[in-house]
Amino acid sequence: MKLLRPTLAIAWKDVRLELRSRDTVISALVFGLIVVVVFNFGLNRAPGSLAPVAPGLLWVAYSFIGVLAMNRTFARELEHGGLDGLLIAPVSRDAVFLGKALGSLVFMLVIQAILLPVFAVMLGLPALSPVLGLIILLATVGFATIGTFFAGIAVQTRSREILLPVLFFPVVVPIIIAAVEATALALQGGPAGPIWSRWIPLLVVFDALFLVVCSWIFAFVFEG
Amino acid sequence: MTAPSEPTAAIAVAGLRKDFGDRRVLRDLTLQVGWGEIAALFGSNGAGKTTLLRILAGLARPDAGQISLAGRRIHRRSDHARRLIGFAGHDTLLYNDLTCRENLAFYAQLYGIRNPAAHIAAVLRQVNLSDRADRRVRTLSHGMQQRLSVARALLHEPVILLLDEPESGLDQTSIDTLGQLLHDWAAAGKTALLTTHNEQIGLAWAHRALGLNNGGLAYDNRLSR
Repeated sequence: MKLLRPTLAIAWKDVRLELRSRDTVISALVFGLIVVVVFNFGLNRAPGSLAPVAPGLLWVAYSFIGVLAMNRTFARELEHGGLDGLLIAPVSRDAVFLGKALGSLVFMLVIQAILLPVFAVMLGLPALSPVLGLIILLATVGFATIGTFFAGIAVQTRSREILLPVLFFPVVVPIIIAAVEATALALQGGPAGPIWSRWIPLLVVFDALFLVVCSWIFAFVFEG
Repeated sequence: MTAPSEPTAAIAVAGLRKDFGDRRVLRDLTLQVGWGEIAALFGSNGAGKTTLLRILAGLARPDAGQISLAGRRIHRRSDHARRLIGFAGHDTLLYNDLTCRENLAFYAQLYGIRNPAAHIAAVLRQVNLSDRADRRVRTLSHGMQQRLSVARALLHEPVILLLDEPESGLDQTSIDTLGQLLHDWAAAGKTALLTTHNEQIGLAWAHRALGLNNGGLAYDNRLSR
């Protein structure tokens, strides 16, 4: 309860702020659509022939949206010193980290859920499958964990918008690789064995690892 | 939380030092503030006033020195110390798109306050914002936001209040409200340390005037009422 209550309070506060302002949701949705449209034209392929590159396109779009969301999650705390408000409260840094990560996770999943059917139509994919949903959930947990950690570091610098992707993408690469491979298998509709035996366990391990390491280091980063 | 009755100082700072790069902001600062005292900290820009308050609030770490709050030595991060202190700084620590009540309810959850609705209603009454409780913070004037920030600092019933230029942007009515609040605060045996550039207000509110110069204590005068 000592960890859960402030974690949920911080996450709910972030979700509520986003519901009120809607600035990040709208910009993330538009940005996601632009990414897919640009790649669509850039690859210059006939409609229906994008299947081989569709998993990559999907995760490129989701990755960029993730960075957009992460930048916002801590930038909002800077507006009137909200970050100081979190740090002077008698809550553990773990709760601050987990609350921010949970808020980002919810936000990213909502955006992804809205964009997925659109992508399915544009890329000609059978995208509405439970396995794909699980892959997206697990990969997004990793995105939210790593992204929240680096957003917390980047927000303390002047060049935070640039610094976050520079820090985020190299570390999140293993998750992107696992997500793309698993998504490709899920979309091909072939044998699901490797998804369950290799990629989903790998995503679970990455999520657990990053969750523990990031929340541990976060406490040191935000020590007064 | 009620102020302890034992004769220990509410705030005791000894040999405090803080550097920002090559610049020494606090140098061997030693001071004490007793229970039931309102101390006003004066000093020019860069004298170290805000840094001292941020260190006491746990937002910055000193490079050397000791801090005791309510007779207990404070090490690095202490939830106990955080509950003792209410802090209102230059920033309001409020969220513009939440209402006054929602902001306070959020902090009430962080502090684990029981019966938050009653606490929120009480602090809003103290700063004369009961009628704006359900207005979003962005629709409030700067002065009202400052008062709400003080309400946030009071919400968890701390015994030591740290206020960084609290009169900034307040109209005369709000200044009077805050002055009365501090008077009642001291009468209840609680302590406040505030910084200000406004000598008239600082001297009217405080029992002691402390002067910081170049990070050290330049004077410490007890004020007669």
